[in-house]
Amino acid sequence: MQKKSEIKKSLLVSLWFMFLTFPIMVIRVNPVEKLVEWRWRNMVIVGVGSFVLSFVWRYMLRQKEAGLKRIYAGGRYKIPSIQRVSEDRRLFIPLLAVLSVFVVIFPFIFSAYQVNIMTTALMYVVLGLGLNIVVGLAGLLDLGYVAFYAVGAYTYGLLNHHFGLGFWAVLPAGAFMGALFGILLGFPVLRLRGDYLAIVTLGFGEIIRLVLENWNDLSFGPSGIANIDRPSFFGMQLSLQSATVYIYFLMITLALFTVFVVNRLQNSRIGRAWIALREDEIACQAMGIDKTKTKLSAFALGATWAGMMGVFFAAKTTFINPASFTFLESAIILSIVVLGGMGSIAGVIIGAFVLILLPEYLRAFSDYRMLMFGAILVIMMVFRPQGIISNVRRTYKFEGINVPGEKNK
Amino acid sequence: MKAVMEIKKLTVDFGGLRAVDHLDLEVKEREILALIGPNGAGKTTLFNCITGIYAPSEGSMSISPPGKKPGTINGLKPNIVTRKGITRTFQNIRLFPNMTVLENVMIGRHCRTRARIAGAVFRGRATVREEQATVEYSYHILEKTGIAQYVNEFAGNLPYGAQRLLEIARALATEPFILLLDEPAAGMNPQETGVLDDLISKIREEEKIAILLIEHDMRLVMSISDRIAVMDYGKKIAEGTPEEIRNNPVVIKAYLGEEFVA
Amino acid sequence: MEYFVQLFMGGLTRGSIYALIALGYTMVYGIIELINFAHGEIYMIGAFTALIIASVLTLHGFNEIAIFVLASLAAVIYSSAYGFTIEKIAYKPLRHAPRLSPLISAIGMSIFLQNYVLLAQTSDFLPFPGLIPEFGFMKKYEHISSSAELMIFLTTAVVMVILTCVIKFTKIGKAMRATAQDRKMAMLVGVDINRIISITFIIGSALAAVGGVLIASHIGQINFYIGFIVGIKAFTAAVLGGIGSIPGAVLGGFILGWTESFATGYVSSDYEDVFAFALLVLILIFRPAGLLGKSGSQKV
Repeated sequence: MQKKSEIKKSLLVSLWFMFLTFPIMVIRVNPVEKLVEWRWRNMVIVGVGSFVLSFVWRYMLRQKEAGLKRIYAGGRYKIPSIQRVSEDRRLFIPLLAVLSVFVVIFPFIFSAYQVNIMTTALMYVVLGLGLNIVVGLAGLLDLGYVAFYAVGAYTYGLLNHHFGLGFWAVLPAGAFMGALFGILLGFPVLRLRGDYLAIVTLGFGEIIRLVLENWNDLSFGPSGIANIDRPSFFGMQLSLQSATVYIYFLMITLALFTVFVVNRLQNSRIGRAWIALREDEIACQAMGIDKTKTKLSAFALGATWAGMMGVFFAAKTTFINPASFTFLESAIILSIVVLGGMGSIAGVIIGAFVLILLPEYLRAFSDYRMLMFGAILVIMMVFRPQGIISNVRRTYKFEGINVPGEKNK
Repeated sequence: MKAVMEIKKLTVDFGGLRAVDHLDLEVKEREILALIGPNGAGKTTLFNCITGIYAPSEGSMSISPPGKKPGTINGLKPNIVTRKGITRTFQNIRLFPNMTVLENVMIGRHCRTRARIAGAVFRGRATVREEQATVEYSYHILEKTGIAQYVNEFAGNLPYGAQRLLEIARALATEPFILLLDEPAAGMNPQETGVLDDLISKIREEEKIAILLIEHDMRLVMSISDRIAVMDYGKKIAEGTPEEIRNNPVVIKAYLGEEFVA
Repeated sequence: MEYFVQLFMGGLTRGSIYALIALGYTMVYGIIELINFAHGEIYMIGAFTALIIASVLTLHGFNEIAIFVLASLAAVIYSSAYGFTIEKIAYKPLRHAPRLSPLISAIGMSIFLQNYVLLAQTSDFLPFPGLIPEFGFMKKYEHISSSAELMIFLTTAVVMVILTCVIKFTKIGKAMRATAQDRKMAMLVGVDINRIISITFIIGSALAAVGGVLIASHIGQINFYIGFIVGIKAFTAAVLGGIGSIPGAVLGGFILGWTESFATGYVSSDYEDVFAFALLVLILIFRPAGLLGKSGSQKV
C-alpha cells in the first residue's frame, strides 16, 4: 500500500516535469532557417530521471528530518571521520607524509597541462579560504568577492604594464589593495541586514566589472591587458615549461601560507568574535564586541586573499580582461565554501578540489559545470547546510579536568 | 551606600508610544534592586536603553564605577556600555548556540583582552599567555556558576536551566560592576529557581557588584532583593524594601486592580 | 524637447517592465522575506517559451493575433509552473532554516536555470518575433513612441489594476495580506500558508512572464542571460519603492526606468547598467526601507 502511493507520487512528479521541461527541452527552433527540431528523447530522459530522483529526494528529506529529531532528542553531533583522522596522530602523520611526497613529485610526473589545472585548483583553495572568513566565519554573504580578485589582478596588470614592476613587488601591494577595497566597500554597507548586504556586494562587484569594461583609459576596456610578466625566479625569467612548475610550487607555498594564517585567525580572539557575530549580532554587541570593527576586519581580511590571488592570476595567465571577473566567478567560489562546509578549512580545501578538478577530469561533466554548481548550492542548502564536512572547527576544549563522556564527543 | 548608577527623567518613545516615562532610578553599590511590574510596563525597554540598544528621547544616565571616573552612558554603543562595566542577560536566551559553553564565556572576555590580527597570526608570547588566561578565567566562572560539567558541550545542546545560567556566566566574564538580569528565572522549575537564588546572592557577595533584576517570580524577588522598584505604564509607581512594597496600595492596584485595595 | 519626450516614453516602457517584474520580488519578499534570486530566470523562461511556441505556430500558419495570444498564454502558464516548482524544491524545505540558506539556494536555482536553458537551447541571441501588432493611429507619433511602447504601458496598467483588485477584494488577497503581516498568526486563524505562498509565486511568475513577452518582442532578441541583469534591476526597483509594498514596486519601477533612460540619453550609454547598480547601492545605504516602506526596528 505504502509502496503503491510512493510510486504514484513519483509518477505524478515525473509527469509534471515532463510537462514543465517540454518547450525548452523538447523543441528547438531555428528562427532564421525556420526549422523546428523535436527532441522526444529528452522527454523520456526527463521522465525517467525525475521518476527516480523523486524517490531519492523524498528519501533524503526523510533522512534529514530523522537527523533533526535525533538532535532535538538530545543526541550528540556525530563527529565526521575527517576530524577523527586529523586528531589521531598515528593516522594523520603518515597520511600527511604521503600527501607531501605526492605534492612534490606531481609536476615531474604529470604534464604541464595537469600542473596548470592543479595550480588553478589551489588558487581556488585560497580564494575559498578567503571568502570563508567572510561568509563561513563572520556570516556575511558577500556576492561581490570577485571584485577584490579583479582589483588584485588589475593592480599587477597596470603596475606591470606602466612601470614594469615585478610579481614579488606587487604581491603585497595586491593584497593591500584588496584589503583597502574591502574596507572602502565594506564601510558603508556593513550596517545592512544580511540579505541586503548580499545584494549590495553583488552590485559593487558588477559596478567594478562594468567600470573596468568601459573606462578604456584606465583599464584598456574589454580587450584587457596582455603580456604581463610571469613571476621571476631570483631575477631570471624562466622558460614556459619551468615557469609552470615554478608557479605550481609558488602556489603550493601560498596555499600553505593561507591555511596557516586562516587557521590561526580562526582560532583566535578575533576568530571567536567573527563566529559569535554570525551566531547572534545583538548578543555579540552586548558582550562588548564592536560590531562594525569586527565585520570590517572580516571583510578586509577576506578581501586580502582575493587581492593576492588576483596578482597571482594575472602573473599566471599573463593576460587579464574584465570577462574573467563576472558574478559567476563569485558564485563558483561561494559554491566551494558552501559545498565544503561554511567555516571549515578542510571542507573548503576539499570543496575546491572537487569543484575545480572534477569538471576538468571528467570531460563529460565540463559542459554541465555551471549547471552542477547551481544544483550544488540548492542541494546543499536543502539537505546539508553544514557542508560535506561539518563541525570540524576546532573548538576550545578545556582539558584541565576529566569531563565524563569526553571520549565519544 | 553610594550610588553606582543614576537615571534621571529617562524617557523612551516609539513613535507615539511612550514606553518609559520620566523615570528616576538609582542603583547603589552592591545592592540587589528588583524591577517589577506588569507585562509591557517598560522594564525590558529600560534595560535596552541602559545597554545602548535603544537611544533615550530624554533624560540622563550617569555611572560612577568604583575606582574609576564617573561619566554618562547616554548615546553610547552597546559594546562601549559593556566595556564601561554594565552588562546584561536576555529575556529570550541569546547564546551562541554553535559555540561551546567555554567559548561562549570566552566571548565575554573579548572586551577585557586585546590580541589583534597580528597577534593572532604570529601568536607571540603575550597572545599565548592572554589566551591561556582567558580560558582559565572563563573556566573559573563556569565553576562559580555551577555549569562547569558542560564546559565542552555546544551551548545549543544545554538544558534550559543551564542555558540561563550560562547567560549569567557569559555576562560575568565581562567584569561588570552592574549586572542586569532580564527574567533569569523565566521557565525554570522550583528547584532550578532555588539554585538561581543562591547564585545571585553569591555573585553579589563574591563579585561585589550591583544587580538590577527584572523578575516575575515574586518569591524569588521578595527573598533576595534589597530594594524593589515597581513600574507601570513606563512610570515608576513605587520604590522601597520588599516589606514596604508588599503593603503598598498603589502596587496592589497596579497588579490586581482597584477592587483589591483594602 | 522631442528628444526629451522620446526618452520619457522610453523610460516609461522600461519602467513598466521593471514594475511588472519587481512585483514578483516584492510579493514574495512580503510573504517569506526571501529575495527570490531566480525570479529573473522565470522571466527569461517566459520569454523563451513564448519564442518557441510562436515559432512553432508560425510554421503551422496560424494568424498573427492567435500567435500572440497563444504564445503569451503559454509563457504565463509555463512561468507560473516554474515559479511554483522552484518554490517547492528550493525554498519550501528551508522554511525554518537560517536566513541566508534560502538566499544561497535561490542563487543556486538562478544559476541552474540559466545553464539549463543554455544547454537545452543555445547560448546565442535568438531573434524574437514582433508579436505586438502595429496600430494605424500610432503612425502620427512614430518619432516619439511606438505601438509596442504604448502596448507595454497599457498592459502594465491593466495588470496593475487587476492585481490591486485581487489583493484588495478577494479572499485570497486578504489571506496574502494576513500572511505578510504575521505568518504564525495567519496560520492560527486557519490560513493555509503553503497554499498562499504557492499562489504568491504563481502570480509573481505570471507577471514576470507578461513582462518577458512584452519586452522581448519590443527589443527583438533574447538569450539565456537576459534574466540576470533585468532581475537585479527589477529588484532595485522593488527596494527603491520599499520592498514588500506593491505600489512601491510600481513607483520604483518607473523611477528606475526614467533614471536609466535619461542617464543613458544625456550622460553616457556605456554605463547604462552602472546607473542602476549605483542607484541600488545608494538606496540600500541611505534609505534601506525604500520610498514607501516602513522602517521597522529590530525587536530585542
